[in-house]
Amino acid sequence: MAEATEEGSRQMAKSIIEIQNMTKTYRLGGEVVQALQGISLQIHSGDFLAIVGPSGSGKSTFMNMIGCLDRPDAGSYFLDGKEIARLNDNELAAIRNEKIGFIFQNFFLLPRLTALENVELPLLYRGMKIKERQQIAQECLKKVGLIERAHHLPSQLSGGQQQRVAIARALVGNPPILLADEPTGALDSKTSQEIINIMKGLNEQGHTIIIITHDWEVAKQAKRIVRIQDGRLFESRGDFIEASSVD
Amino acid sequence: MRLLQSIKMAMRSIRGNKLRSFLTMLGIIIGVSSVIVLISIGQGSSKAVAEQINQLGTNLLTVNVMNSDIVKLTVEDTEKFRKLDGVKEIAPVVSGRVSVKNGTTATQVSLIGTTASYQTVREAQVSQGRFLSDIDVEYRQKIAVLGANTAQTLFGMENPVGKYIQVDGISFKVVGVLASKGGSMGQSGDDVILLPLSTAQRITKNTNVQTMYIQAKSAEQLNWIMAEIERTLMRMFPDHQDSYSVFNQQDLMDTMSSVTNTMTMMLGGIAGISLLVGGIGIMNIMLVSVSERTKEIGIRKAIGAKRRDILLQFLIEAAVLSAFGGIIGIGLGLGIGQILSVTLKLSVSYSVSVVLIAFLFSLIVGIVFGVFPASKAAKLDPIQALRYD
Repeated sequence: MAEATEEGSRQMAKSIIEIQNMTKTYRLGGEVVQALQGISLQIHSGDFLAIVGPSGSGKSTFMNMIGCLDRPDAGSYFLDGKEIARLNDNELAAIRNEKIGFIFQNFFLLPRLTALENVELPLLYRGMKIKERQQIAQECLKKVGLIERAHHLPSQLSGGQQQRVAIARALVGNPPILLADEPTGALDSKTSQEIINIMKGLNEQGHTIIIITHDWEVAKQAKRIVRIQDGRLFESRGDFIEASSVD
Repeated sequence: MRLLQSIKMAMRSIRGNKLRSFLTMLGIIIGVSSVIVLISIGQGSSKAVAEQINQLGTNLLTVNVMNSDIVKLTVEDTEKFRKLDGVKEIAPVVSGRVSVKNGTTATQVSLIGTTASYQTVREAQVSQGRFLSDIDVEYRQKIAVLGANTAQTLFGMENPVGKYIQVDGISFKVVGVLASKGGSMGQSGDDVILLPLSTAQRITKNTNVQTMYIQAKSAEQLNWIMAEIERTLMRMFPDHQDSYSVFNQQDLMDTMSSVTNTMTMMLGGIAGISLLVGGIGIMNIMLVSVSERTKEIGIRKAIGAKRRDILLQFLIEAAVLSAFGGIIGIGLGLGIGQILSVTLKLSVSYSVSVVLIAFLFSLIVGIVFGVFPASKAAKLDPIQALRYD
């Protein structure tokens, strides 16, 4: 993984996401909306990608596709070498559980569960035994520096702390991809930077990270930025090699 | 162990909404407790009836002569029945009505002239003194055994044993008093006077037996012996079947128990309907809970919960809710039954099977009515659910 982040060797790295000609249309109040119009995108293992775009650009639809929450009308989507565009709901759920760690704008922690139990949840759906689950969840909370808050409820935590719990939850299943939808949208700029720093650290440890954001301050810290507009994708920041010169 | 985990989770969400959970459970609580109370009362009364019938004597057959002008059953005739297979004991009865007098206190009572075997056949208990003996019958002794009410009427609180009374103007010595049996089916077993058979024949000026009690050795032989008795009577009094009747105590018991069973079923059915209504309450609340927790469902689905996981979560929640309601209902039902039996002197009979069935039924109701909301939750689209506010 270390070599993968080095210049030049990136293009040789294994692509973890490969999207070809993805289209999606849906009806909104009798009107047909072409949310995605033939998008193609390759994401390599170890990447730190930001997807930017104004609201209504098809950004959320694209995130749902990457996150295996939805299926495209046409086109192919290979995730970690597996075609997932035609899987059924249960198979998609299994993929989400194993391959993707979600980080949401509003944290989306379950309010009645403690931080530790929230982090355990993906492992619960994997059918792991409670002892093992708790141990891994505690390690992940340690990584985000919240181990001493393990038994607090989300309502007893600040926004930044809640987002760190959410990051721990995303990490706990050790998925190849972390998918963050506006992870700093509900946080002040100082806390936002803390969260971005945590994500940068995770990227250095080899996690592939995809951030969907409309905040340029956040986006420009990514190694690679793509822009969605009117259902089409643009590489707005040149190629990979230049990405390291951002800042 | 995921089931255990799910149950814990369900408990947590039930605890998180105590008032609502309690109100939801109330339907089940009322349903289960009323099932238990009503069925216990039904079974208690059928048991009480059975006990009363059994007090008349166990494995008892009664031969009643309705027309003693045609059917003249003598004491010697009755001895034939004693020899039948399976007959344990017989007691011939000569009956009538007599007036009894102690000083100035007089009353009309039923006269039963019988032998010593009456005590075993009818399971008569003596509270004071002794019962009639074979020697009394043989020597036509002028002695009497009083029923509990008769003794009460004539002697009040005094002990009548050893005292003399007038039976139709003839002086008799009281040797015993029967324990109270209570009345059953319009007959009072306590307003009686028992005299030796031979003495009673003189008092009533009648040598024919009007009633004969026959006790079988076992309940299984009852029907067979009954047929045998009918055959013997037919041979003795051909073409006069209408003038006597043979009456099986088991028949009476069966009739009565079928009546009380129908009652019990009806009561249980009504209570079962309230349990069903409770189930609809659970469905209602679970539907509210599903739409309230749409976001939670979306989050769970996003992080990898399959349909089955969500379905199971809500089903278990419904089941835990109804099981809790069931347990509380059982406690309440048993408590109310106890209070009723103490305060209203109702005979209440609990049975483990009724409690178990009521509990299982409440659990099934919870699961059945939980299926619809749970499948609704499981089918939610994660994207829609996550966007839901």
